[in-house]
Amino acid sequence: MPDSANLKEREEAHWRKTSRLMFTHLGVWFFFGFVIHMFVKPLNNIIIPVLGFPLGFYMAAQGSLIVFVVMLFMFAKQQDKIDREFGFAEED
Amino acid sequence: MATNTARGGSDFLNNLGKVYGIYTGGFLAFVVLLALLEQIGVPNKILGYLFVFFTLAVYAIIGVLSRTAQVSEYYVAGRSVPALYNGMATGADWMSAASFVGMAGTLFLLGYDGIAWVLGWTGGFVLVSILIGPYLRKFGAYTVPDFLAFRYGGNFARGLGVIVLVACSFTYVTAQIYGTGLIASRFLGMQFEIAVFAGLVGILVCSMLGGMRAVTWTQVAQYIVLIIAYLTPIVILSTKNYGFPIPELTYGQAIADITAREQQMLATGLTTAAALKPHISPFINYSPLNFFAIIMCMMVGTASLPHILMRYFTTPSVREARQSVAWSLLFIFLLYFSAPAYAAFSKLEVYTNIIGRDLSAIRPWLFNWGELGLIQICGKNASSIDAVIAACKAIAGHPGVVRLQDFVINTDVIVLSTPEIAGLPYVISGLVAAGGLAAALSTADGLLLAIANALSHDVYYKMIDPNAPTARRLIIARVLLLIVAVVAAATAATKPADILAMVGWAFSLAMAGNFPALVMGVWWKRATSAGAVSGIIAGFGLCLFYLVTTRYFPGAGVKYFGMTSLTNPLTGAPLVDIAKAMALPNAMESFPTLAHPLANKVGWFDLTNIACGLLGAPLGFAVIYIVSKLGREPSAEMQAYVDDIRKPRGRTVLEEKTT
Repeated sequence: MPDSANLKEREEAHWRKTSRLMFTHLGVWFFFGFVIHMFVKPLNNIIIPVLGFPLGFYMAAQGSLIVFVVMLFMFAKQQDKIDREFGFAEED
Repeated sequence: MATNTARGGSDFLNNLGKVYGIYTGGFLAFVVLLALLEQIGVPNKILGYLFVFFTLAVYAIIGVLSRTAQVSEYYVAGRSVPALYNGMATGADWMSAASFVGMAGTLFLLGYDGIAWVLGWTGGFVLVSILIGPYLRKFGAYTVPDFLAFRYGGNFARGLGVIVLVACSFTYVTAQIYGTGLIASRFLGMQFEIAVFAGLVGILVCSMLGGMRAVTWTQVAQYIVLIIAYLTPIVILSTKNYGFPIPELTYGQAIADITAREQQMLATGLTTAAALKPHISPFINYSPLNFFAIIMCMMVGTASLPHILMRYFTTPSVREARQSVAWSLLFIFLLYFSAPAYAAFSKLEVYTNIIGRDLSAIRPWLFNWGELGLIQICGKNASSIDAVIAACKAIAGHPGVVRLQDFVINTDVIVLSTPEIAGLPYVISGLVAAGGLAAALSTADGLLLAIANALSHDVYYKMIDPNAPTARRLIIARVLLLIVAVVAAATAATKPADILAMVGWAFSLAMAGNFPALVMGVWWKRATSAGAVSGIIAGFGLCLFYLVTTRYFPGAGVKYFGMTSLTNPLTGAPLVDIAKAMALPNAMESFPTLAHPLANKVGWFDLTNIACGLLGAPLGFAVIYIVSKLGREPSAEMQAYVDDIRKPRGRTVLEEKTT
């Protein structure tokens, strides 16, 4: 960050980026929490090879859960990166 | 003083890995020791007692060692809990007796539709992390009402926050104490009422002396016990049946077998199309609307439950609060993605080794549960082969083999009976009981602390006596904890009929009451005190009204509020004939039992009352928006505070007097 940028501008830019990240994750959350399960019936016609799960069932029982866990670790990293970029991160 | 404790505590904090590593090893050694004792002929009952008392003693020791006389240690564990360990503690805090014992059973009964609960109880952590948790950590509150009070101008908002908190936590904690009583009575043969109060003692020793600090470190210990206990039986079962120790992968095969067996049962007349609910078919038990409504309410409810949010007040930094949410979900995920495996293995066992069997050849594991009334065959408790044969003979035209419609199983049995189904020694059953107990105790601890903290910090200290000295505040906190615990235990001992449904209600109530005000408080600077206060009242009020009316005044709901019958998700037919039910003499009865024809069976838009948050929360958002827009925007000072909350760097907004 250049020193000349005043605090207000930095705050606003930081919050814009933070909001964008929030909406992205909210979108992914909504897709894997709801949208994909609306198609459970067609997805159930696909059987995962070897394991034998119908895909629609699998997504609800495991797939979406794995996505949630992974996205939370990613979110923690990404938000921290944004905070650091604008100099708002806590000291290590 | 602060530096003193920091130094005193750092020995422990720097060696957490070692401490809990030794603890885990010790616990495993203890299990092996009990297994050896079993081999040399020590009776099961003694093994059960050893399990329960050993684990309780360990929790009590941790509780006593973590005692504290400091306010910040008592309320937020000195904000020094590393992300990973806070994640474990949250996992134990989160997973209740219902998750541990009941979840797999729900999946057994409901098949695909039951997964709504699994999804709902995991996905909510995404919302905790991206919308609320880290910001409340930066704010520096001790309790959730603390934030509401600060952001929304004072004690009226605080009072509302306390009401919402108590409403959703009290019923929940009652269910946990009920769960401890159930597990203790089943495995130790204690009388239920006595078991409830025995469980209460276990809960109190953990939380009374050390508040949040003690609860945190006991919860970590409890998480380790509960996850070992949950995974051990199915890992063994999976290895036995499929030669591979990861049940989450092998149960796909079990599901394929179940589906094949379902078709076979239909073809051979062991079941009828009406009685069979295919395991993987969606929307048989819940309509699509209710399926997604339950997911939404459980998720948003997760992000609004005070006892979960306050766990993230204990991390050293905002950054760690975020990481901690991720760890929490990982630890919770380990249990939830295993629950469907339990359900599938049990179902396959029931379908192949009970249904279609000649009555005299039923496998004996189920008679223990039949004696307790938890498994019924042909409408009678399946306590012995003779009892089953007699019961089925009484049914006209019974073919002499068990049909699907003859078989009724209580959901709690699925997890508890898996060790026996797999033919494992009793020590594994004891382990499972210890795990269930850990799950119930840890959740009860977290909830009790949330309630007692709100009463002592928010009501007593902030609203009644702001000048109270530290020592008195902590004494009040402990006395209130004791009172709340005893009241909850007394309620649980009466075995209230709605106890399990109430856990679901708690999520909707939290969602409607807390979520809009918390989210708008962080994400919309323009949200005003008047807006938030009216939003909480409107949203929470509507949700509560819908619950209470559909459950306790269904006749009035139909007569005055235009409620109609919920429908059967499969056929679309109404569950009750409203005109006929309204003509009955008891139609307008208040507080009816669950047997009442209308109770829980009426509503608006075919929405089950568990999902009432779906009505309340949008209303809450709308009211906050409109009322805020009508009023003057919050002061520049308040807006600057909101900016502060949004930046991890810097001091917490709220500086508490801690000495």
